[in-house]
Parts: sequence; C-alpha cells; structure tokens
Amino acid sequence: MIAETNGTARAGRAGAAVVELTGVTKRYPGGVAALEDVDLTIARGELVAIVGPSGSGKSTLLHIVGTLDLPSEGAVRIAGHDVAALADRELAALRARHLGFVFQSFHLSPGLSALDNVAEGLLYAGIPRGERRRRAAEALERVGLADRVTHRPHELSGGQRQRVAIARAVAGDPLLLLADEPTGALDTASGEAVVSLLRDLHAEGSTIAVITHDPEIAASFPRRVRLRDGRVVEDTANPAGRPDQAAPAGNSVREGAA
Amino acid sequence: MRRRRRDRAAGTPRPVPASLSAGDTARTAFAGLRTRPGRVVLSALGIAIGIATMTAVLGVSASSRADLMRRLDALGTNLLTAEAGDTLFGGKARLPKESPGMVGRIPGVRDVGATGLLDVAVRRTGKVPEEETGGLSVRAATEGLPRTLRAGMRSGTWLNAANSRYPAVVLGSVAAQRLGVTSPGEQVWIEDRYFTVVGILDALPLAPEIERSALVGWDGAARLLGFDGHPTTIYERSAEDRVRDVAGLLAATINPRNPEEVRVGRPSDALAARAAAGDAFTSLLLGLGAVALLVGGVGVANTMIISVLERRHEIGLRRSLGATRGQIRVQFVMESLLLSALGGLAGAVLGVAATYAFALARGMPFALPPWSVGAGLGATLLIGTVAGLYPAIRAARLSPTLALHAA
Ligand SMILES: Nc1ncnc2c1ncn2[C@@H]1O[C@H](COP(=O)(O)OP(=O)(O)OP(=O)(O)O)[C@@H](O)[C@H]1O
Ligand SMILES: [Mg+2]
Repeated sequence: MIAETNGTARAGRAGAAVVELTGVTKRYPGGVAALEDVDLTIARGELVAIVGPSGSGKSTLLHIVGTLDLPSEGAVRIAGHDVAALADRELAALRARHLGFVFQSFHLSPGLSALDNVAEGLLYAGIPRGERRRRAAEALERVGLADRVTHRPHELSGGQRQRVAIARAVAGDPLLLLADEPTGALDTASGEAVVSLLRDLHAEGSTIAVITHDPEIAASFPRRVRLRDGRVVEDTANPAGRPDQAAPAGNSVREGAA
Repeated sequence: MRRRRRDRAAGTPRPVPASLSAGDTARTAFAGLRTRPGRVVLSALGIAIGIATMTAVLGVSASSRADLMRRLDALGTNLLTAEAGDTLFGGKARLPKESPGMVGRIPGVRDVGATGLLDVAVRRTGKVPEEETGGLSVRAATEGLPRTLRAGMRSGTWLNAANSRYPAVVLGSVAAQRLGVTSPGEQVWIEDRYFTVVGILDALPLAPEIERSALVGWDGAARLLGFDGHPTTIYERSAEDRVRDVAGLLAATINPRNPEEVRVGRPSDALAARAAAGDAFTSLLLGLGAVALLVGGVGVANTMIISVLERRHEIGLRRSLGATRGQIRVQFVMESLLLSALGGLAGAVLGVAATYAFALARGMPFALPPWSVGAGLGATLLIGTVAGLYPAIRAARLSPTLALHAA
C-alpha cells in the first residue's frame, strides 16, 4: 500500500537527480587518494551496481553519497541538498529522512527482535513508537519475513538477517538505498534472494546503489559504474564516458580481488 | 562545523533533526544495558556499596540518636547542676557550705543533693599503689542525692544515719565494676582504712561522674577523710516548667557575692548535644562510604568507556540511521545515569534494610534522616552524569565510517 503510493509519487518526479557528484576527490591523511575527480549522477528510480577491485574506492564513494563522510574536494548534492552547506546535525536529519543503508555484516542489535530492529531504523526520523512498529511490520512483510517478526537475529539465517537489515533501511521509504556488499557474507542462494529483493524494491520505484564483487549480479543490473584507483573507468549509463579519466592499463592492480 | 549560507535559490529547506521523546531516550539507554546484565550488576555494585554504607551509617547514627532522646525523655530533662567554677584570679572557687539548703528554698525546686569531691583515692586494698585510681574518685554525698538523681540501687542500701556510723561507702556502677565489687558487704580501701560497701548504684546516664565515684556520707567524710564541708556539685530537680526560672536563680542563690564563680549546667543538654554531634567513627564510616561511591563512579566510567569501544558498530549504525552527535551523547550519558541510579537504588534499599535490622536487633526506634535518601539519589545522579560524560563525548566523536568498518 505504502509502497504503491510512494511509487506513484516517485514516478511523478522520475528523472530528478537523487545524487549529483561533481569533481569529488577524497584524500585520506597520509596522502592516499581514495577517490579522484569523480562525477556521478544517479536519477530517481535507478538501480546501480558499483564494481571495481578491492581498494578502488567503492566504499569511500558510498560513504560520501551517504553523507557519512565529506569529500576533500568537489560538490555533493543529495536529494537536492548541497552537503557542504549543511551542519553535521542537518546531515544526520538528511540521513534519517532520505537515506537507507545496508551493510555487509548486517549490523543488527542482538538483543532486539526483527520487528524492533526494523523499527529502530525510524527512531531518528521522529516517528512515534506505535507508528514505527506498524511500519516495521509492513517492511518485514515487504521483504518476506512476516512470519519472523519476533525472532532475534541469532534465530535467523544470514540471508534472513540481511533481509531484516534491508527492511530496516526501506521502512522509512528513503529516496535512496545504499548497500555495501550486501551479499558478501552470504552463500549463493541467500545472496540471490537478497538481490531479487533489491530488484523487487527497484521495480516498486526505489532508487538503489549496490556495491558488489559478483560479476553476475553486476551484469544483471540496468546500470554499472566501475571504479579503479579511485576513478570511474566505466559507466554503462554514459558509455562514451570520459576516457581521459581512465587509469593507464599498466596501473591496474588487484582486479577482481575478494 | 561548516554552516555556509545556502546560495542556490533552488533551495530545498534545510533538514531539521527530530528530537527523541523522553520515552524513546530512556528505552534506548535501557536497551543498551539489557544486553550486558552481568556487567551492569558488577559496575553498579560499587555505587550500591557506597550508597548502602552511607545510608546505613546515617540511619544507624540517627536511630541511636533517636534512642538516646527517648531515654533522655525517660531520665527527665529537669535536672540542673551547679558546680564550683574558677575565681577571677584563676584559683578554684568554693561553694558555700549552706548552699544546698538555700537551693532547696528556690521556688519550684523539689529535690536537692550535693557531693563534695575529696582528694583521696579508692582502691581494692591498701597494697594497690595509690596512683592507680582507675579513673575513680571519692565524694562526700548528701542523703538527698539518690532521690535527686532518681538513682536506683542495684543492690544494698543508700547511706543513712545507721550505716554511716561505721566507715561505709556506696559505689557507682562503674566504680563497683572497676574495683571488682559485686555485692554489698565487701570492702574497699580509702585513704588509710577499709570502708564497707553498703550499696551499689544503677547506671546514671545523666551523672556519669557519680557512676565513677565511691560515695561516703557527708558527716562520715568530715570525720574520717578530712572533708571541709564545702560541696563541689549541687544537683537539683524542679518541676519541668520551672527549669528555666530555677536555672536563672541558681548561681545568685548559691553565691550571692560572686555568682560568676558558679557554673550551672543541664546534663541532659550535654548528652543531647553529644548525641547530635555524632562521633568521629561515624564520620570515618561516612568517609569510607564516599570513597566507595567514588570508586563506584570510576567503575561506571570504565564500563562506559569499554562499552563505547565495543559498540563502535552500533554507534556507526545509529549515525547512519540519522542520529545526531547530540543524540549519541545523550544516549550514553543516559546509560551511565541509569547504571548508577540502579546501583544507587539497590544501595539505598540495602542501607535502609541494614538500618532497620540494626534498630530491630538493638530495640531502638528506626530513624533515617529524609535528606540522606535525597542526598544519596543526588550523589548517584551526579556521579552517573560525570562518569558518563567523557565516554559519551568519545562516542559522539567517533567517525560513522570508522564505526561501520566490517568487524
Ligand atoms: N579511513 C581511512 N584512512 C586511510 N585510508 C583509507 C581509509 N579508508 C579507506 N582508505 C583507503 O582508501 C582506498 C579505498 O578504500 P575503500 O574502502 O573505498 O575500497 P573498496 O573499493 O571499498 O574496497 P573493498 O572492495 O575491499 O571493500 C583504499 O586504498 C584504502 O586503503
Ligand atoms: Mg568496501
């Protein structure tokens, strides 16, 4: 129900950019440039796979898009907000309203039931407790875990845990769902279930960016962004790309690791 | 913190963080503790011991005081004493011989008794060296003394005309015990001869100096021990409502020319004051309790620091879910507060129970100053906040990305 109404709302504004990165560079102390001059635009309703070898800057990119980290240079606009112009607490509010995160290691609270774990995702959006739990139950139903509402994380399989984490991320109907190797800790079957869930959410209108090391999963997504040494070397939405940005072939290392 | 002006006119309104309700804040803090019950109990224990000690010490001393007041009421607060003070020139003043009789004529005075301190020693036998007085003194006593003091006889009789014909003595309760006299008929050595013990007095909380005395009859003392007949202390009991008036008249009546040489006192006041002051031992125990409390606070801080280190992922997760730094800070301060309040509550219950058990065992009334419970609660809340502040600030400063790095 909720998904449908939101889907319609999204469809009405489809095409608007949720993410706009221009010239984003991230340097860590010590001189490592995790990202260099990255331009990336993600429009509403897109399903994007972010791929690249280990250490190529995928997680860094996701953190910057998720406003968990700030770029050293360049501009970041998320949901129309210039991230650099917002104070830390305003960024927190932005995350609470518009962003959902899924992590490789789930990050569920061991002491809480699946329902309470999902409801916790709405805590900082200022939604009253009863409403949080009601929406959490709906989200669990959306990910196919309506019958696991009272289970604690240790009573769930890895795939089920990740689906609970996804339910937590989408319970607030975020503009953008970010997932960092959501299948990394799962076996093939559970991984496929998680990916097909993400695809369903996309079909319902969600905007999703997923980091993955699995070439098959990446190939099945409508759009792929490939990073190497902190630069975007391939973007299927923009095949011409910016060839000048591609790192010299000789520099590529550790392709396809882990 | 950057707070650049919004320069693009396209302007979406700036996002405003929602504030958590009190219930959600409390629930979040409580959930943080619930998953580690063993550690919660151990780190709350220090606070509990501190609060329990302090509550029990305050309770026990308040109960003892209440008990003393009750006994004081039973003893009566209408007893006054007049003692020879110092003269203007620093010498020892003397009370006139006839002063007991004059005190008896003050309106409102019901009973008068007097003692005269003698410069002689009482010993078990003549073979005990004279220096070993055992803190005991020898006094001449008037016949009216026991009635004035409401002194009961533990055994034997008081000095009277009949038994005073021989060298006779009545011992205070402490004196009898120190001299090893258990029953009348035994003898003690005073100055240069044996005196026969004719009676032993009960305890006299209002006149501890009498408890430590060997009492000889007024005339006997003059005859056998060289007593000059000048009383050194006069005891007087009056109607309860006349105590103040009598006290005002006492000095002038006893020594009209030099009333300033007479020291008037109310023994019950001294006793009450001593009870109220509390003793050094109580202060020591209170100090120990405070130290335990402090150590408990350090324990809570320690637990919270470890907790922050262990829960980096949770903190990162909460930041990704939209928690502000302030909300993370509040969460950990609340946890620390809760932890310390838990200890404080357990300690208060324990302390009250200990006081109650003590009072019950001693047959004392149960008393606990209400402010002590408030002070204990205040102390725990203060300690909880202070102990939680540093860990909470550290938690809030954690970078959300570092916190989220795979375990
Ligand atoms: N906090 C940090 N401090 C310093 N260097 C960092 C930090 N985080 C990441 N890096 C470096 O930045 C580069 C990109 O890291 P990132 O985690 O984005 O890679 P990734 O593509 O996600 O790799 P993987 O596939 O292994 O997760 C790496 O060289 C890494 O060592
Ligand atoms: Mg990564």
